[in-house]
Amino acid sequence: MERASGSSEAGPLNVAVMTATAGRPATAASSDAARTTQAEISAEIAALAQAYQRERTTAGDRTRPILGYAPYRSSILRHPTLEPQLVDPEGIELAAPVFGSRDVDPLEADLTIQHPGEPLGERIVVTGRITDADGRPVRHQLVEIWQANSAGRYAHQRDQHPAPLDPNFTGVGRCLTDADGVYRFTTIKPGPYPWRNHLNAWRPAHIHFSLFGTEFTQRLVTQMYFPGDPLFALDPIFQSIPDEAARARLIARYDHDVTRPEVLLGYRWDVVLTAAHRTPIEPEPDDEGVDR
Amino acid sequence: MTDQLLPFPGQTVGPFFGFALPYAGDADLVPPGRPDAVRLFGRVLDGAGRPVPDALLELWQADPDGVAVRQPGSLRRDGWTFTGWGRAATDAAGGYSFTTLRPGAPTGSAPFFALTVFARGLLDRLLTRVYLPDDEELLAADPLLSTLPAERGRTLVASQEESGLRFDVVLQGDGETVFLAYPRTPAR
Repeated sequence: MERASGSSEAGPLNVAVMTATAGRPATAASSDAARTTQAEISAEIAALAQAYQRERTTAGDRTRPILGYAPYRSSILRHPTLEPQLVDPEGIELAAPVFGSRDVDPLEADLTIQHPGEPLGERIVVTGRITDADGRPVRHQLVEIWQANSAGRYAHQRDQHPAPLDPNFTGVGRCLTDADGVYRFTTIKPGPYPWRNHLNAWRPAHIHFSLFGTEFTQRLVTQMYFPGDPLFALDPIFQSIPDEAARARLIARYDHDVTRPEVLLGYRWDVVLTAAHRTPIEPEPDDEGVDR
Repeated sequence: MTDQLLPFPGQTVGPFFGFALPYAGDADLVPPGRPDAVRLFGRVLDGAGRPVPDALLELWQADPDGVAVRQPGSLRRDGWTFTGWGRAATDAAGGYSFTTLRPGAPTGSAPFFALTVFARGLLDRLLTRVYLPDDEELLAADPLLSTLPAERGRTLVASQEESGLRFDVVLQGDGETVFLAYPRTPAR
């Protein structure tokens, strides 16, 4: 899956060293990682994008990330080299865990009220509807998010980015979708932040999303981005998805109808999971749309 | 079903899920002291054979009767309700450990756990199965295992050790775990 790139820095030995140290604090960062410039990473990204354009008719499903995507150094030793085995789902794979009101407090959907004071930054609402590829809403299911604060700092001990922590913002939220598959979070717009993939590497601002469907096979962990981010083209994690339209699905859109006057801005991000294999045998009570 | 919507791509769980996804009791589907509790444990390894200390595994399984339970409470366990779902982050040595029950299966089928793998450096989640090693005949007749070369199939079967069921997740290279994809079954 890894294709040759034009950069001499991308040789397997250097890559292995970089992968080994990529998770450590900045003081221990590999000098190899520090030597690879954004220009070199961008050249690798461009070469892979060109290869995809040439081979697009034979490239298979390129609407998902390429797991062995060398510009994202940490992927090199952490991706399977064999194609996934195709199998018909059986038994437990045709079901998904159930979460309920005992699991999630409704207040967990508001990340701005978890501490005594007001968090710093731009207050926003992120809302949307989760369906499967057949358009069926994913009802009463768990959605988890986590993110950096407005300064681009995670409340995680391994985040050594010297931006301020916000004592009034943790950046973790949960909710259950409603009977129409709709989730809604109130939070702070996260900042972009540097990482050690290469020299001067910055992640576009994003919110991590963890989503369940109605089947094990539909599990999705992904990242939601904000429109117009200047870092999209430079980011190997975002660019690991070869298909441009598929990448664009991860970008929320500003929605003035979600925006609340004099309070906060609204973003809408509807999510589509893969199709379920099992067809519902009997209509669920909510199919009448009483909750819409 | 001609007007299919396009599913969204995954992205890596990244290095910072540790303050968000793990929770108290996440890996204990049943209390460790329960007489019929079993330990499912092992390590996550990368392509150089090194442990992966920032992976997250999710376990989803039937109950001992082979039934997919539909019980809430996985995030705030009451100590009595078996929900069939749990989560375990790897430790500094790449190790994980669940305390759970042996899953059952319909008569004639080999029982397995369903396992989801996330990690920093892994751009999308991986799905796999962990078969119980108990019944050789059932394993030999299993529709998935019987289509795999023996050495590949072995990567999906836990080994019974004194302290429980061991299952290592090998992301790449020698002994690479078989990961699964589930194509949509043909239209009815």
